[in-house]
Amino acid sequence: MSESNGVKSAVEPGNRVAIGITFGNSNSSIAFTVDDKVEVIANEDGDRQIPTALSYVDGDEYYGTQAKAFLVRNPTNTIAYFRDFLGQEFKSIDPTHCHAAAHPQDASGAVSFTVKDKAGEEDAPSDISVSEAATRYLRRLVTAASEYLGRKVTSAVITVPTNFSEKQREALIKAASDADLEVLQLISDPIAAVLAYDARPEAKTEDKIIVVADLGGTRSDVAVVASRGGMYTILATAHDYEFAGVHLDQALMEYFAKEFIKKHTVDPRSNARSLAKLRLESEATKKALSLGTNAQFSVESLADGFDFSATLNRTRYEMVGRKVFEGFNRLVESVVKKAELDVLDVDEVIMCGGTSHTPRIATNFQSIFPESTVILAPATSTTAINPSELQARGAALQVSLIQEYEATDIEQSTHPAVTTVKHISNAIGVVTVNAEGEDVFTPIMQAETAVPARRTVHIAAAAEGGDVLIKVVEGGTHIKVTKPEPKARVEEVPEDEDDSDFEDEEEEEKREKIWKIGTPLAEAAIKGVSKGGKVEVTINVAGDLSVTVTAREVGGKGGVRGNLQAP
Amino acid sequence: MASVSQVVTLPLPALPEGWAADKDFKAVGKLSGAVQRSIEPVGPHFLAHARRARHKRTFSEDDRIQAQESAKNVEDVDDGDESEPEDPMMLQSQAKDWKTQDHYKVLGLSKYRYKATEEQIKKAHRKKVLKHHPDKKAALGRAEDDQFFKCIQKATDILLDPIRRRQFDSVDEEADVEPPTKKQLQKGDFYKLWSKVFKSEARFSKTHPVPTFGDANATKEHVDEFYNFWYNFDSWRSFEYLDEDVPDDGESRDHKRHVERKNQNSRKKKKAEDNARLRKLLDDASAGDERIKRFRQEANAAKNKKKFEKEAAEKKAAEEAQAKKEAEEKAKADAEAAAKADREAGKKAKEAAKNAVKKNKRVLKSSVKDANYFTSGDASAAQIDAVLGDVELVQGKIDPDEIAALAGKLNGLTVADEIKGVWTAEVKRLVDAGKLKEGEAKTLV
Repeated sequence: MSESNGVKSAVEPGNRVAIGITFGNSNSSIAFTVDDKVEVIANEDGDRQIPTALSYVDGDEYYGTQAKAFLVRNPTNTIAYFRDFLGQEFKSIDPTHCHAAAHPQDASGAVSFTVKDKAGEEDAPSDISVSEAATRYLRRLVTAASEYLGRKVTSAVITVPTNFSEKQREALIKAASDADLEVLQLISDPIAAVLAYDARPEAKTEDKIIVVADLGGTRSDVAVVASRGGMYTILATAHDYEFAGVHLDQALMEYFAKEFIKKHTVDPRSNARSLAKLRLESEATKKALSLGTNAQFSVESLADGFDFSATLNRTRYEMVGRKVFEGFNRLVESVVKKAELDVLDVDEVIMCGGTSHTPRIATNFQSIFPESTVILAPATSTTAINPSELQARGAALQVSLIQEYEATDIEQSTHPAVTTVKHISNAIGVVTVNAEGEDVFTPIMQAETAVPARRTVHIAAAAEGGDVLIKVVEGGTHIKVTKPEPKARVEEVPEDEDDSDFEDEEEEEKREKIWKIGTPLAEAAIKGVSKGGKVEVTINVAGDLSVTVTAREVGGKGGVRGNLQAP
Repeated sequence: MASVSQVVTLPLPALPEGWAADKDFKAVGKLSGAVQRSIEPVGPHFLAHARRARHKRTFSEDDRIQAQESAKNVEDVDDGDESEPEDPMMLQSQAKDWKTQDHYKVLGLSKYRYKATEEQIKKAHRKKVLKHHPDKKAALGRAEDDQFFKCIQKATDILLDPIRRRQFDSVDEEADVEPPTKKQLQKGDFYKLWSKVFKSEARFSKTHPVPTFGDANATKEHVDEFYNFWYNFDSWRSFEYLDEDVPDDGESRDHKRHVERKNQNSRKKKKAEDNARLRKLLDDASAGDERIKRFRQEANAAKNKKKFEKEAAEKKAAEEAQAKKEAEEKAKADAEAAAKADREAGKKAKEAAKNAVKKNKRVLKSSVKDANYFTSGDASAAQIDAVLGDVELVQGKIDPDEIAALAGKLNGLTVADEIKGVWTAEVKRLVDAGKLKEGEAKTLV
């Protein structure tokens, strides 16, 4: 995007080798596109999810899985979970997750880490600013990608959370350019995930409301996205730091620690190294339980020299993590509410981020949303894409779209003047007749569609043909709640508590989404439609909200055309 | 934007009769409005949009800033509202005393308490973490000072778990509003003071909305609803939070069970006490509630009014009956009197008539006597007899009125011929009327 502050000049579009990067707080991913197919790159260690960690041992730099492993033996010289600190002041960062790694330090307002990154006993530890850490880490990612592709990677599209401030974005771009990486564009996490799904060859461009639940390691971000003809508008977001992957790890840690205490009467949490071992293995167990129904937890010399090994099944795990799972449910529900929508309005739920592998979360979401809503997660959909890779894929797709453009072109295209447009508040549609002979609203253009927009629809004329009326109206939805008839209570025993619980379950109310016809916009007539014929109606809303309605019989000539003035 | 072609199976309505418009199109309304939002600059369709938009781009720099500013912001602005001042005593609190700490106060949410939303709690927690994380303390050179941080974590832990939060809210005395004392009630507004109490009690209700206490002008229905609801209050309040710690399973099982039982009992007891407390609260409130008194008075007044009306109606009916009876009696008496008078009058008239007839008869007889019995010279006895006999015959044939008329005609007449003429005319009239036969009363002809 921006090339200010002495950032190196742009790479010529012809010489670009560009990849998509997801730079996460816990894990990062890199991906590239070849012949419209996206591939997520595995690094030297064979990882596609590369832990966001750097570790220094005797002057050697390790990153990814190796660095993460050093959290046990070398925590003070290991930098982890630092992405969110980029561009932040020391007083506004949350260092909780760095507790078991190098602690962030206050470097006159900025954030830095003090680690020994040089060999030799006499060398004093050096201060590494967050920006420097990010640069070093990105450089490693770029190297991994370059080795894989056999060409030097020059540019990238990086995904960022929707609440990344302008300052954080600038800091990220600066860190990248320090790593000799040109940032073509920063795109938001949820949209990258949506794009990854929409770019599948079998995907159709539909008007739909998507909830993107990005459940990561240290934070959960949920966004409600309106997808309208392939254009995406974020309607609401929520960012949660209380319910995320680490909290599931935490729950498992508590559980295993208690088990360990039972056996050995030593608390493994009282010792930093034991705690780190416990954490690493808990995370591994959690991941294993996303795939299998049983997992082995085993650590050698967990505490006081005692080895520890235990088996955990998924049911028990789901009990242990119930609190966190419920937190996810509430989070998703609250965002839908924040977008002033109902769960019935949601057509798709895309689950991304590593925590989304957990089957329980997906099945919980299934119970929140109506059956018609598609939950795209490995546990609920066979066609789901690996949630950990979604965002990297999206970024790679965006790269393939924009890499031929000049940097200035990209910047101008993504400027708010282009991206900020009017979105119609009510759906536009026509009145049709249902089987009972009642007028019903049939949407043609959904609410929250960005203008200018055009939609075409084919509508059956009356069965015997003849003259038909096309009444263009605005429409709104409301949720109709029908409560089932309360059952006649059969000799209720007052003490029987279980009985009442049972009844609650039975009395589930039925909720439906109902369209209602709003303000009329225009009327048009098509005369002499042949028997069994169809009418094509095109609605074109211009940027100034003026509307053009075109209607004609499919296959017929002429037709009717009319304009509505801009309000 | 790509033209998305969908197919709708429901048919269009038929054109109504008489529908007509220029070129078969009629504009009726306009779009009702739009929201400025930012589309994400991502994806092939956006690229197309950007191309289109940029080709006819006429936005000035000013427009750019405007557009940016007017876009509806979906991201939360981190409201930097000043959080509550932190009590230095609170900062000294120890994590092991978490049971006694005020979790809302720790997070700086004392003014929200049970009303705090999950989002508020998360935000508050984040704010506190940013400030009190041990690493931040370390930066200030105060190492090993993580007690208050642990308190923060514990508070968040409890408040973010809906079940444990309810348990804490159940015993959160800070959120309780004490019922007003008599002194306060004398000074302050009764309804306002009690409203506050019930508003805070309402947080325990399983059903919502909870009817409000209302003010002095509340309707009877409102007040009735209020008391009905509250006397049947369904509360979720529970007292697990005050439980004595159950020893870990390592120790004696019996002891553990004993403590558990004790806890159960004390919960039950506290719940019962709480129910009693609420009942007393309601009794107190209703005892002092002027509205109830007023309604009672009104009800009494209405009842009395009815009674009074009924009595009045009865009285009126009785009076009317009496009047009617009197009138009837009077009418009867009047009628009797009239009849009596009539009878007497009739009697008198009869007598008068009788007298008149006698008198007239005398006139008739005297008239023939005046006419010297229609003879010249002295009349013989036989003649007199014959004439008087005929006069009597005529008298017997005619009624008193005719007698009177005849008497009238004869009265004053002294000339025998004239008298004779009258009598002749009379007899003739009678013969004509068939009352006398031809030849009778010859003497008078």
